Amino acid sequence: MAVSKDKIRNFCIIAHIDHGKSTLADRLLEKTKSVALRDMTAQLLDKMDLERERGITIKAHAVKLNYVAEDGEEYVLNLIDTPGHVDFNYEVSRSLAACEGAVLIVDASQGVEAQTLANTYLALDHDLELVPVINKIDLPSADPDRVAAEVEDVIGLDCSEAPRVSAKTGLNIEQVLEKIVKDVPPPEANDDLPLRALIFDSVYDSYKGVIVYVRVKEGRIKPGDTMRMMATGAEFTVVETGYMRATIPEPCKELTAGEVGYITASIKTVGDARVGDTVTTVENPASEPLPGYRKVNPMVFCGVYPADGADYENLRDALEKLQLNDAALTFEPETSGALGFGFRCGFLGLLHLEIIQERLEREYDLDLVTTIPSVVYKINLTDGTMIEIDNPTHYPDPATIASCEEPFTDAHIYSPAEYVGTIMDLCQDRRGIFKNMDYITPERVDIHYELPLNEIIYDFFDSLKSRTRGYASFDYEIKDYRKSNLVKLDVLLNGDVVDALSFIIHSEKAYSKARKIAEKLKENIPRQMFEIPIQIGIGGKIIARETVKAMRKDVLAKCYGGDITRKKKLLEKQKEGKKRMRHFGTVEVPQEAFMAVLKLDDND
Amino acid sequence: MPPFLSGDIMKPIGLYLHIPFCNGKCPYCDFYSVNPESKKVKAYVDAICREIDKADRIYNTVYFGGGTPSLIGSDNIAKIMSHVKRTPNCEVTLECNPSDTGAISSTFDFSVVAKSGINRMSMGLQSADDAERKILGRRGSCKDVERAISRAKNAGINNISLDLILGIPYQTKESLEKSIEFCKNSGAKHVSAYILKIEEGTPFYRIKDTLPVPDEDETSDLYLSAVELLGKRGYHQYEISNFSEKGYESRHNLKYWLCEEYLGIGASAHSFVNGKRFYYERSIDDFIGGNSPVDDGFGGDEEEYIMLVLRLSEGLIFKSFENRFGKSVSEKTIKKARELEKHGLLKVDDNSISLTVQGFLVSNSVICSLIE
Repeated sequence: MAVSKDKIRNFCIIAHIDHGKSTLADRLLEKTKSVALRDMTAQLLDKMDLERERGITIKAHAVKLNYVAEDGEEYVLNLIDTPGHVDFNYEVSRSLAACEGAVLIVDASQGVEAQTLANTYLALDHDLELVPVINKIDLPSADPDRVAAEVEDVIGLDCSEAPRVSAKTGLNIEQVLEKIVKDVPPPEANDDLPLRALIFDSVYDSYKGVIVYVRVKEGRIKPGDTMRMMATGAEFTVVETGYMRATIPEPCKELTAGEVGYITASIKTVGDARVGDTVTTVENPASEPLPGYRKVNPMVFCGVYPADGADYENLRDALEKLQLNDAALTFEPETSGALGFGFRCGFLGLLHLEIIQERLEREYDLDLVTTIPSVVYKINLTDGTMIEIDNPTHYPDPATIASCEEPFTDAHIYSPAEYVGTIMDLCQDRRGIFKNMDYITPERVDIHYELPLNEIIYDFFDSLKSRTRGYASFDYEIKDYRKSNLVKLDVLLNGDVVDALSFIIHSEKAYSKARKIAEKLKENIPRQMFEIPIQIGIGGKIIARETVKAMRKDVLAKCYGGDITRKKKLLEKQKEGKKRMRHFGTVEVPQEAFMAVLKLDDND
Repeated sequence: MPPFLSGDIMKPIGLYLHIPFCNGKCPYCDFYSVNPESKKVKAYVDAICREIDKADRIYNTVYFGGGTPSLIGSDNIAKIMSHVKRTPNCEVTLECNPSDTGAISSTFDFSVVAKSGINRMSMGLQSADDAERKILGRRGSCKDVERAISRAKNAGINNISLDLILGIPYQTKESLEKSIEFCKNSGAKHVSAYILKIEEGTPFYRIKDTLPVPDEDETSDLYLSAVELLGKRGYHQYEISNFSEKGYESRHNLKYWLCEEYLGIGASAHSFVNGKRFYYERSIDDFIGGNSPVDDGFGGDEEEYIMLVLRLSEGLIFKSFENRFGKSVSEKTIKKARELEKHGLLKVDDNSISLTVQGFLVSNSVICSLIE
């Protein structure tokens, strides 16, 4: 049964990580009785195990709530959850585009943080009505007055009526619902125009095919219609339309303008229901797709290989399935002399990379080897042409290179003032260029640096957190490409280059990095039947060297009175162990050695 | 029908008899053994005889292992021997503990066992250094070993083998040389030198973190010294841990390494007959009670053959492989071998692949990469 359009509120919740976004969402579900108390598990919207473990939202989810407001009217509130990490700004933007308003949560003790601002600006870009909410007022350290003043000061948002709540205890949650009803405008919706619906998320379901989450902007869609994806041109017959309820989907006769819901259409082919696309109907097609969806460019690339070559096709399937829900993930086949057949994958950032890797391993039960991540470099050749490199293996002969360029970011670090010194040390060490520093309040600063992207993709965030005891927050966006003095480091084991371990680095850092890599490899490569030289070189020049000594003894001295089985089992076990190793010529390298080199950080 | 009753029953094979009795447990030993109670011993000897009769085969090598076979007394050994059908030149080895065969034991008479057919004696010297012997929990001293050897010789048993252990706590190259010297002087024809392995479930395992055993490098050096010192005294290496004067290689043990047939009788004894491996459970009572051996699957395939023959100094002889399997050793194996040859771990020529002494030390890894 369709509700009157002016009773619909489409909103999302934005916040800095850990400011209580998912907890507030849970509370809203509870208050609107969208879910029975016994069904509540902590943070219902974070459906993936991984999300619950890491305490971050990776994918957007949506849910329809019914709320009888103080004015006695029943409203439909469509809550669209947003991811909460710097890597996922694009996903945030897609969710924002489906809304008219956003609840901005600010932690009552921590105040405005990097992503508070970043998300606020994104929301303002989408002309959303902002509803500020001060959360965690139950904490002893809470200072809602100060934080309210900070929000007014920094963001320029009136906080005099901002609900002060505790999502944890449920205090004042009704105020949030009332504010949403009052402040968030109803959608401007015309059912009679040709259909235009934004895909803001999609989930692969093995029974229904792709479940496409949409916000209908104009027009209507119902089962039996032929839908067309405007970017890909793919067409499908709609099987089901419905609303997302907290625990189960609720089919409906049709979705109309202003509504948020789902469509299934037996969509099986990966890539046909691309997140970010506009849905229209073949019967009454729209002429233009909806604007506002940025094309995302992956910024971090790495090779992903199955530990067991036989899993190559499974890896492809898994990547295809993940890509369906994750428009930002790219991949294409590549071959490595060391690792065999795999894929060059593009990610938004290092967290995105880790999440994809973990999902591949957990949800698809794959054993993976990943190479050192790289950014996209622009290499100007002496013949006047320019090539883009996201894989060190393709780095050209240094003699043919006129100059190299690397991506730089505009980075803002928000931190208590006492950590300014250590943060500047870190940024300086990462080749940062200081721009300026603003005191948001007497105790909090916004430090603005320009940082090379390749210096922040490895472990910058971890280092920042450990140097500031977790108090600093960080946000960045790509600014431009700049000329830089880059070199390619090669790792040689037993004299052979291991292509999968090569990477591109600023020449100033090459020597110290080379030494660290050599040491790490030595620690992590087990002794083998013969001595293994580890060398790190630039071109033909070796700049660091270590040696893994030969194993001395690995022998079963006695054959136990003809008990051959025992010996055989021992060898079988040994063979099994070898399978988990990567073979480079005659050298065997365990996966941990790759990871150790990958995870090299400041403290090593 | 038990598997050992099938096949070519006229073909002589090896016979291993496991006598699982010991007067105490050495702290490094994880072989199956229990204290000898006279009633149990009698029942066990009867069960051994029963199983020998049941199998009804002819043997060209016999080996009494344990445990401490000498502990059951010379009469029991003679009784068992009376049930064993043998070829004329059959090698018959008895493992002895010197302290049970010297003046200490009244039930053991060398002339009785010699008369019953025993013609080879294997004794656990382990070390000629009494301090090292003590750490290993060996009862008796070197003198007892000397005395036992002379008694064996007096009874006409001249083919004597002594066991040494490498990597004993506090062992040095010098003390090892002393032990090897002892073997030579006592007239031993054969020496087995095993690297001490701390097995799970042994007393040594429980104290392994505080046990002052030589480290990997020192133990490896001890092994290389042993090969060299034994060689100098005329004991040539023919298997990873086995050395002998020419013509005195253990014919019975060679059967294991050449993947030839043998029947094992007794609790925990393993067999390989007619392509099948099987074994008796590690329980004296089950064995006495007449439980059948447990199937352990097929044996003697190419991989197993390569794994075993590479323990021998002569290594994998291509001709023998072809005769046995009707095909050549795979190109892959030979290619792998050539790679490892560069590192001095083995030798490859037109006729064979054989491990070097360096290769023996890391034989698990070498064999593993060859049969991968």
